[in-house]
Amino acid sequence: MLKKRIIPCLDIKNGRTVKGVNFINIKDAGDPIELAGRYVDEGADELVFLDITATIENRKTLIQLVRKIAQNINIPFTVGGGIKSVADVAILINAGADKVSINSAAVKNPLLISEIAQEFGSQCVVAAIDTKYIDRNWKVFVSGGRIETKLETVAWAKQIESLGGGEILLTSMNNDGTKTGFSLDITNEVSQAVNIPVIASGGAGKMHHFHSLFSQTEASAGLAASIFHFNEVAIPTLKNYLNENKIPIRCL
Amino acid sequence: MITIIKYNAGNIGSIKNVLDQLGCESIVSDDTSEILKADKVIFPGVGEASSAMKYLKEKELDKTILSLTQPMLGICLGLQLMCKSTEEGRTECLGIFENTVRKFPPKKKVPHIGWNNFSSTNGTLFHNINNEDDVYYVHSYYANLSKQTIATCNYIQTFSAAIQHKNFYATQFHPEKSAKIGFKILKNFLQL
Repeated sequence: MLKKRIIPCLDIKNGRTVKGVNFINIKDAGDPIELAGRYVDEGADELVFLDITATIENRKTLIQLVRKIAQNINIPFTVGGGIKSVADVAILINAGADKVSINSAAVKNPLLISEIAQEFGSQCVVAAIDTKYIDRNWKVFVSGGRIETKLETVAWAKQIESLGGGEILLTSMNNDGTKTGFSLDITNEVSQAVNIPVIASGGAGKMHHFHSLFSQTEASAGLAASIFHFNEVAIPTLKNYLNENKIPIRCL
Repeated sequence: MITIIKYNAGNIGSIKNVLDQLGCESIVSDDTSEILKADKVIFPGVGEASSAMKYLKEKELDKTILSLTQPMLGICLGLQLMCKSTEEGRTECLGIFENTVRKFPPKKKVPHIGWNNFSSTNGTLFHNINNEDDVYYVHSYYANLSKQTIATCNYIQTFSAAIQHKNFYATQFHPEKSAKIGFKILKNFLQL
């Protein structure tokens, strides 16, 4: 049986992992390779690395880091942040990334999804959607959640699928950082509207939030950052709990 | 020495990285003599079947692969290209295995992405591997079952998770992305 995936997300700045709540009080959290290695040992199913600065100068540092991650890790990993072109993707894939996550650039130029899919296959295109419930609608936001677009979330998700996106990483901005649980309504709406896997993100605070996510929606994976970084929830404990509660999960 | 066959498919470097982690010497090459003289050959890849087959034929790597007598391991697209044919781009493949490759019907989410278990019927490739162990899959096409199938997986329907014919082995899943279990399977292959 296909298992539900637990995915820790590491925010990267200048080649280091950073921890912060809602981008406030960002602290150095050490070597991403070490942290990633720990997560692999603990049973993380995949990893996501997000370059939160994504400037040109930092690009080289990021590529070096991706190369090192690929040399040290034997589970799939996704790299995101500031990807604008097929050429950007080629560099990251050649450095060893399994998948790339694209967000604002895909909203600006949806054909970018098709171009990447044609070149590297759909399986490597993770389209990230930052969404917020506003005026009785789930709308798509870009530029790290700062700019509202005209796009409605479910319609955009369907378009991503038709353009050849392989997975959708759906972050509910209303829930992000609140630790009150995933946004089950929009996660379910999107995952029922498309036939590609949906990774839910934003709001994980307790183990039962993952149980609700997997028992009440069609989401294929749950992504979280701070609860794992701050050791509030340990991955093995979470996985055993889900397993005991009849969620198909990979236990070590 | 292990030779990893270089062709126009993605993720060739991943298997090299993992062999390095296992302390096993390997090179990535599309040179016939480097492939022929290797102790073992790995045929990895993620990509599109028809363009991959076209490339192999242009470089005459198809003939090289068919002439191998040492153990060869195909991974993911590698497995599919070793079958008779695939629906992807209506492609005639290498025909090492009698299986054929079809697209998953959209009854569940496609691609089949993530960790899934498999049941193996036999084979040294899965020595010390438990049937409950999960491995990592990512694919939209699947090889059907044949008498050469040595492991099966179930997603939408039962398909070949691994196939073997003589010295030719192949897995649909990615041992190089399957953490410790993947290491075990690769070690089993390296010890053949």
